[in-house]
Amino acid sequence: MRYLPKSPSERRQMIEACGLDSADQLFEHLPPEVRLNRPLNLAPGISEYEIVEYFRGRAAECATGYAAFLGAGVYSHFRPVLVDTVVSRGEFLTSYTPYQAEIAQGTLTTIFEFQTMICQLTGMDVANASMYDGSTAVPEAAMMAVRVTKRSGVAVSRALHPEYRAVLNTYAKNQGMPVVEFGYDGDSGAANLEELERSITADTAAVIVQSPNFFGVVENVKAAAEIAHRHGALLIFVFAEAVSLGLLEPPVDADIVAGELQSFAIPPSFGGPFAGIMATKERFIRQMPGRLVGETKDSRGNRAFCLTLSTREQHIRREKATSNICTNQALIALMATVYLSIYGKEGLRELALQNLSKAHYLAGKVKPRFSGPFFNEFVAECGGRAPEAVNKALLKKRIVGGLPLDRFYPELAGSVLLCATEMTKREHMDALAQEMAPQ
Amino acid sequence: MYPEDLRYTKEHEWVRVEGDTGIVGITHHAQEALGDIVYVDLPKVGAQVEQGKPLGSVESVKAVSDIYSPVSGEVTAVNDELSTAPEKLNADPHGEAWLVKVRLSAPGDIVNLMSASEYQTYVGAES
Amino acid sequence: MKVRSHITQNEDLLFEMSSPGKKGYQLPALDVPEVDPRAALGAANVRKDIDGFPEVSEVEVIRHFTRLSTWNYAIDLGLYPLGSCTMKYNPRVNELVARLDGLAWAHPYQPESLSQGAMKIIVQLEDALAEISGMDAVTIEPAAGAHGELTGILLIRALLEKRGNPRKKILIPDSAHGTNPATAAIAGYEVENIRSNAAGGIDLEVLAKAMSKDVAGLMVTNPNTLGVFEESIVNAAAIVHAKGGLVYMDGANMNALVGIARPGDFGVDVMHINLHKTFSTPHGGGGPGGGPVAVKKILEPFLPAPRIRRGGRNLKFDYKRSKSIGKVRAFYGNFGVMVRALAYILAHGGEGLRNATVDAVLNANYIRKKLEPYFDLPYKAPNMHEVVFSDDRQAKLGVRTGDIAKRLIDYGFHPYTVSFPLIVHGALMIEPTETESLREIDVFVESMISIAREIETDPQLVLSAPHSTRTSKVDEVTAARKPILRWRPPAAVQG
Repeated sequence: MRYLPKSPSERRQMIEACGLDSADQLFEHLPPEVRLNRPLNLAPGISEYEIVEYFRGRAAECATGYAAFLGAGVYSHFRPVLVDTVVSRGEFLTSYTPYQAEIAQGTLTTIFEFQTMICQLTGMDVANASMYDGSTAVPEAAMMAVRVTKRSGVAVSRALHPEYRAVLNTYAKNQGMPVVEFGYDGDSGAANLEELERSITADTAAVIVQSPNFFGVVENVKAAAEIAHRHGALLIFVFAEAVSLGLLEPPVDADIVAGELQSFAIPPSFGGPFAGIMATKERFIRQMPGRLVGETKDSRGNRAFCLTLSTREQHIRREKATSNICTNQALIALMATVYLSIYGKEGLRELALQNLSKAHYLAGKVKPRFSGPFFNEFVAECGGRAPEAVNKALLKKRIVGGLPLDRFYPELAGSVLLCATEMTKREHMDALAQEMAPQ
Repeated sequence: MYPEDLRYTKEHEWVRVEGDTGIVGITHHAQEALGDIVYVDLPKVGAQVEQGKPLGSVESVKAVSDIYSPVSGEVTAVNDELSTAPEKLNADPHGEAWLVKVRLSAPGDIVNLMSASEYQTYVGAES
Repeated sequence: MKVRSHITQNEDLLFEMSSPGKKGYQLPALDVPEVDPRAALGAANVRKDIDGFPEVSEVEVIRHFTRLSTWNYAIDLGLYPLGSCTMKYNPRVNELVARLDGLAWAHPYQPESLSQGAMKIIVQLEDALAEISGMDAVTIEPAAGAHGELTGILLIRALLEKRGNPRKKILIPDSAHGTNPATAAIAGYEVENIRSNAAGGIDLEVLAKAMSKDVAGLMVTNPNTLGVFEESIVNAAAIVHAKGGLVYMDGANMNALVGIARPGDFGVDVMHINLHKTFSTPHGGGGPGGGPVAVKKILEPFLPAPRIRRGGRNLKFDYKRSKSIGKVRAFYGNFGVMVRALAYILAHGGEGLRNATVDAVLNANYIRKKLEPYFDLPYKAPNMHEVVFSDDRQAKLGVRTGDIAKRLIDYGFHPYTVSFPLIVHGALMIEPTETESLREIDVFVESMISIAREIETDPQLVLSAPHSTRTSKVDEVTAARKPILRWRPPAAVQG
């Protein structure tokens, strides 16, 4: 087999060196009742050519060559070529977690740059080396708020991504963490802050809002933070569309930021792997989960980096750790780091501006459901037709329409969530509008 | 090595009683076992501590160790210098690098603790 | 930054090489009118410049990251014997197929009719993992091993809750990975550590005593972290089951078992599998991974939603699962990692996977045989895919496992796992995997023997290692005492 680098005679030589007659003797100490006495029921191994053919076949059974208006936490942004060039380098791709700092300065330096850029984007003091994704960063942030405030519950905006809320609920229900949801304003589509005010109690550890929220609407983060802080709770700011940070005010009033970096050159890949982030204020570092890289010096006095403050983590503090996270999303975070270095200060703003412009062009041609300010996503009505019927008609034009919202919000049946990015072409927007809101 | 005027615990803390106050620290043996100490987590002034229960923790780069209070009472002072200079715990664990002062609620507690010579024997046996 | 005499020159951070107006990007011309952000978003919502953000050119980007990459050790450079990490070769065809347009650009919410290929990949991977583990059903939703552990413990909790009492405790051997107790705590359980027996395995008497109606289950790693197969696993499972508990297996060491023995056949009720260990997906400097969870039938109703429903003309996502523990991650998990893992399974086939296991175990036993004369082997039971030595002999000369690890770097290898498992004093935990040639292993063995000799003749040489790296010994103490966790612009010079 091509992945097993031994000749039969070398194998024999090793078996003999172990004092054995055959390799099967290596397993003779296993109790007979636990041994598998038949071959695995899997097809015989295939060649590289056949593997490529197999997956080409599966890929052909998925959408290719469609114009799509799907966002909802997964965005189609152009991926600069250099991103894959860098992450395909074996030194990044095939290395382990950088515990041995002297031979992992490459990974450590890029993580330090990553942490810095996340801080710059979010206005926070410190960011970790990544979480699994946005959906799992949210419950990690909630648990962190519980540790910081020594309170037990969280108040969550219903305009937080429904799948993020679902994941939060899974984590919360087993740790006695009550989750109360507060609604959104039926006109603006923004979180209903009056309802937040009523939902928050002396036991609320954190208020969780996403901006732009699931409907694409930009939230009044300052006001939400003011309410949270007045009640002694933290504000957890969540983002799912990272490109929005190129244009939107950073959430400096938040205490913890939890977000999803998929927009930064990470392919949609049917939902993963993505990279989550967590960032916070300096005073909460000790309660933060996940790996951190710090700057230091080597014994010759040169700048060097290493993993640090590890005593928060599971391999040292075990059941008292800030989280059970071990493997994170380092290579995906590297994609984001390369992406941000390519776009840089000006590019990210220009990119965000293109997204804003495209979405507003589209919104001008269909009927937006909400009045709140939006970035590159918004809810639209389908002119009285069923969204499924509209989307079926669009598929014939090789367009994947918006996400029907009845699945997550029964009260929004008849509406879809539409997204436009820098990759969305005007002709496709015109064609979509033609179907959704015939003039 | 181990001053005569201190009393010691099996978990390697010490206390020096001055009037109704107990000054608490960790032992030379404890700091040596941990290696370079990088962080100390201590209670706030006013906190209640109980003999044998954790009052905080000390950390090296790759280990965390709970500090168990040798006495019961209310914390009246905390050695804030350790937050910026935890290395003092390696340099002078029985002196400058005391951790907290406790107003003793049960001064009789200390009879449960070891004398210097008992502790010396204990750590000798342990290692 | 100062220059130095070295074949790779010092490299500034991106922020330090930045200069206003340098560009690494060009966007297409807008085909719609440009919108005024202040009008569209409200002036208060529009940010000022991102302070300190880099502005660099494309050439600088590629050079920066390429130079940094050369400061890393990697599997592509040689043996990476980290115990319990299964650092095996990452086949490149896996990277290619994961990047095929139809897969890499598949949106999780695109219509099912346009997602059939991706769904087939998930189903086929689930089926293969069920066959390999001897279990009845698999969820691919968890994003990593520890995430799989959490999913598994929540499944146990859900079943016990259904039976009327979720119980309070999880039993965990003292040899376990740190993720196990951390996971149990997040799942709302108390942790009771159980002591290993003299052979480093599960002590059935201790287990029987600890097992009560308060105990939800046992978390066990098999082979355990000594690399030793738990020969009493069937009896241990029986003890747990007799009191109504369940057995969770940490699949971190599955590379020792594939094709040889199946957890489903030795009493395990639920386990996770690390796609980034056993199934060759790259570690990427710390991630991403994949932590599918395999279960027995009794736990299937509780698996995270959605499940993929088979049988009809098309595969369908089934969200209507009333007993489900809920979602543990948005969408369907780390799909791109699944593609790579399935490609690996297809490449090997059933017999090939077994052959890989045999070679992995052979490599570890060969290393044990060769190094046993030089290093203490505290637990003598036959080992599987990894071997754990102790530094006892070297420690007497003042050299510890961490020092030997740093010296190994000078010989061109990544160190083994240092000081784990905790039940071994000064552990050297070595896992070669099957993808190492005899020559590579022999060079590693000779390096270890050479270091053992150096410790006897010149311990200082070992204590001050590494000597040949670009970066010499890194000061981790100062990093932790005075954390600098981000770059900041140098303070403006006073004029």
